[in-house]
Amino acid sequence: MDIKLLDATPTAVERAAVDAVLGAPTNAWDGGARGSARDAHTAPGGKSVRDRRHELIPALHALQGRVGWISEGGLGYVCERLGVPPADAWGVATFYALFATTPRPQRVLHVCDDVGCRNRGTREIEHALESACGRSVREAPAGSQVVLDERDGAWMHSPCLGLCDAAPAALLTIAGETPVERLLGHVTPQQAVGLVTGSDSAPADSHVPELPQHGDPSLVLLKRCGVVDPTSLEAYRTAGGFTALAKARAMGAEAVIAEVSAAKLVGRGGAAFPTGRKWEAVRTQAASPHYLVCNADESEPGTFKDRVLLTQDPFALVESLMIASFATGASRAFVYIRAEYPLAADRMANAIQQTRDAGLFAAGFDIEIRRGAGAYICGEETALFESIEGKRGEPRSKPPFPVEVGLFGKPTVVNNVETLLNVLPIVLEGGARYASTGSGNSTGTRLFCLSGAVARPGVYEVPMGTNLRDLLAMAGTDSVSAILLGGAAGTFLRADEIDLPLTLEASRAANTTLGSGVVMVFADHADLRDVVLRIAGFFRDESCGQCVPCRVGTVRQEEALHRIVKGATLGGTGRELALLEEVGVAMRDASICGLGQTAYSAVESAIKRLRLFEVVS
Amino acid sequence: MTPLVQLGRPDRTPKTMVTLTIDGQAVTVPEGTTIINACESLGITVPTLCYLETLRPVNVCRLCVVEVEGARVLAPACSRAVEPGMQVQTQSARVKHSRKLVLELLASSVDLSTTPGMSDLLEEYDCSPERYGPPEPPHAPGTRDAHIPGHHQPPNVAYAARVAQPTKVDNDLYIRDYGKCVLCYKCVEACGPDHQNTFAIAVAGRGFDARISTELAVPLPQSACVYCGNCIAVCPTGALMAKDEYDMRAAGTWHEEAQQVTDTICPYCGVGCTLTLHVQDDIIVKSTSPLENSITLGNLCIKGRFGWRFVQGPNPVASTGVSGRG
Ligand SMILES: Cc1cc2nc3c(=O)[nH]c(=O)nc-3n(C[C@H](O)[C@H](O)[C@H](O)COP(=O)(O)O)c2cc1C
Ligand code: SF4
Ligand code: SF4
Ligand code: SF4
Ligand code: FES
Ligand code: FES
Repeated sequence: MDIKLLDATPTAVERAAVDAVLGAPTNAWDGGARGSARDAHTAPGGKSVRDRRHELIPALHALQGRVGWISEGGLGYVCERLGVPPADAWGVATFYALFATTPRPQRVLHVCDDVGCRNRGTREIEHALESACGRSVREAPAGSQVVLDERDGAWMHSPCLGLCDAAPAALLTIAGETPVERLLGHVTPQQAVGLVTGSDSAPADSHVPELPQHGDPSLVLLKRCGVVDPTSLEAYRTAGGFTALAKARAMGAEAVIAEVSAAKLVGRGGAAFPTGRKWEAVRTQAASPHYLVCNADESEPGTFKDRVLLTQDPFALVESLMIASFATGASRAFVYIRAEYPLAADRMANAIQQTRDAGLFAAGFDIEIRRGAGAYICGEETALFESIEGKRGEPRSKPPFPVEVGLFGKPTVVNNVETLLNVLPIVLEGGARYASTGSGNSTGTRLFCLSGAVARPGVYEVPMGTNLRDLLAMAGTDSVSAILLGGAAGTFLRADEIDLPLTLEASRAANTTLGSGVVMVFADHADLRDVVLRIAGFFRDESCGQCVPCRVGTVRQEEALHRIVKGATLGGTGRELALLEEVGVAMRDASICGLGQTAYSAVESAIKRLRLFEVVS
Repeated sequence: MTPLVQLGRPDRTPKTMVTLTIDGQAVTVPEGTTIINACESLGITVPTLCYLETLRPVNVCRLCVVEVEGARVLAPACSRAVEPGMQVQTQSARVKHSRKLVLELLASSVDLSTTPGMSDLLEEYDCSPERYGPPEPPHAPGTRDAHIPGHHQPPNVAYAARVAQPTKVDNDLYIRDYGKCVLCYKCVEACGPDHQNTFAIAVAGRGFDARISTELAVPLPQSACVYCGNCIAVCPTGALMAKDEYDMRAAGTWHEEAQQVTDTICPYCGVGCTLTLHVQDDIIVKSTSPLENSITLGNLCIKGRFGWRFVQGPNPVASTGVSGRG
């Protein structure tokens, strides 16, 4: 492709950072030194260069991690190396929240102000940071370039960091030769100030999550968490690891899928689609290769179960990926991990490496990790494909579905982390036995993320069909005013609605959803209107912006809610509620993807179930 | 109506026929036909904004949505392929509601004053964009280009947010008035893989802050743009406009109804593109190429698009009377 490149030149440091992920340039046409006689006569590249497009986001990560932002010279060098037009690369870089395209200090603290944290310490952190370090980056005057002294730190707000069990949470990023990324829980105001100013060094990331059921013999998915060393293949093997893989290989692909179908396993990522059906659809596709994608983007506010599995039991996910690939004929698996989970990425990389080195992968098979860059929408399966392919995370129109046309246009299975881990017990004990746990078509156990006003926050594993009331009792609740079930894309429940068996059928009948397993509890004194405003803001910020109903609808929804709360309604609360309903219905009916389709869900339940915005007559 | 052009190689594989029902009428079309084309064959019109026969459908505006029986959500008629036995409603209450809202959401955030046919649509769907609040004042130059993705700016309750901003006038040939941009992606497709392959512009930012941009939002002369104007040709809103037309409109001298339209052949090179000259008072005020022309698909190069001033002598812009025409 003949593209016009940028004039700015990269610094030696930027060049080295990019070369570290892309390899050294091989000729003058892809960024190497000029002078070879051959280069003057032939221009190598073309398709072989364009095929490297999927390396764009890893290359941008390299610049961000090394320098703290993506400069014109750095961006230009990446474009030259990968044959990506600069405007196109700019569109990608400006899509992701964790990429900075204007100068930013090397040290940045991303403070979670989302629903799980904002009333559990975030405000105190904000106040301390404001007085000690000035305003957050986003509150700089709109559009102005935030040019700060490189040696200083800066802080910004962040949506849910997936650490609601240890609220308040923050993500520290320090650019440099060895970039530092730390996801920190129970952050105190003083610690936050120390982290931003640099007086406090980043604590090592050896975080052991809250595991309230630790040691409980009935655990299936969580049984190794906190028990078996997550960094050692040997330990995993000693604990019975890789026996399911051996059994699966002996059974054959079709038999594995038959067991998964018999188990009635459905996806745990939110959409509850039957896994066996998805696998069979991919297995029988003629096009090749087939891909397997593990969705570890986990950005639904209030969700943190996958983080626990990825950090505490990574070998089990590797084994599950190997079985799923075997069953569906996938020659390569990708694990897409949100950028806010550095320890999860490290642990998975280590587990993959050890398994590969031990020669356990089938010939030609490999697992690759891809990291997100701060975009909730990339959890949507087709947006996730776009992101892996090096593009903006814009969901595709379905049909065609991923099982036919998925990653790189090939048949693809996408599964959530928790969904995949269920495959181990299914293979080991058989689908029928697995299906005997649970109730009706809701089989097996399920992970729930309990956070907010509970005595023992954390991930809980319970059989499907467990009553929400009992689950809340396990975590210990005191005064409950409302529960957010299923995440920002889920619904609120009133305190008198907690007598609910946690099954797909019962939740559907009660007009709610289990979603990604979020159970966030709000106490009596909680400012629920503020929580609803935050959710509305979340959807506005995280919309990819492709389709009109969601791009503008989420803005109008947030505006109307703010007008109600500030007492500045256009013609009274009743009119505003009617407007919200109209916008909400159009978002649900006409948006491209699940983000827009569920953007009114929690708001609607706050209006209709919690009656938070009752018209005063 | 079948697509005007087949992108890529002509598809000669034999097609199975598919029968479906649209608004109660049965229709049989080849498999792979889109709902909108099946509708056309019955004489049913479906409003569109981001759809163009010469571009790959991006299905983002959602104005063309229709109801497919049994489906959870509405389907974009412009890109959804027909299926046997499909029952499609193009005028149900759900469809009308979503179309109305799409139009209102756009009209309340974007200046649609130069979008052809828009005032009729807004009337047909009984839209009142004012109900979302008073229009937000225009953004200062460059501010929308600098928004940080995902970082929240609390809404101003006094206004309905808009994309209004000053027109970008950074070259002599065409202007970019992104206060009128509905983000239909057509210009990006035309500049990119569908036609021009120059890739000078892309969508940057996300959510409501998403916008069409050059790299680092640099002015066009510093970008990869080659001024073919093929983006102008596909822009449905007038956000992209030749500078001459823009100036004449500003001066109140643009009179489309008084313009004569004549097809001719571009005098420059051997390709021989069909040119449509738009002539007002014996002066060429605009040059386009017909969308359905199988050679150009509506595209031209800088010469055919802008290089006709020599016809009118040394200083044509002055002589078109941008300032003096009455
Ligand atoms: C806006 C949006 C965000 C999503 N985020 C996630 C996510 O973070 N993790 C996940 O597993 N699924 C997520 N999903 C669901 C995926 O699209 C997909 O259904 C899922 O990964 C399929 O895997 P499963 O069948 O194992 O659940 C999201 C969907 C939407 C619409
Ligand atoms: S619904 Fe929202 S997030 Fe999904 S494609 Fe449309 S704009 Fe993007
Ligand atoms: S004038 Fe041509 S090259 Fe320039 S932006 Fe438009 S389509 Fe692209
Ligand atoms: S500038 Fe025109 S063609 Fe481009 S996205 Fe906006 S409205 Fe569409
Ligand atoms: S980590 Fe703060 S809300 Fe989840
Ligand atoms: S015309 Fe179909 S979505 Fe825009």
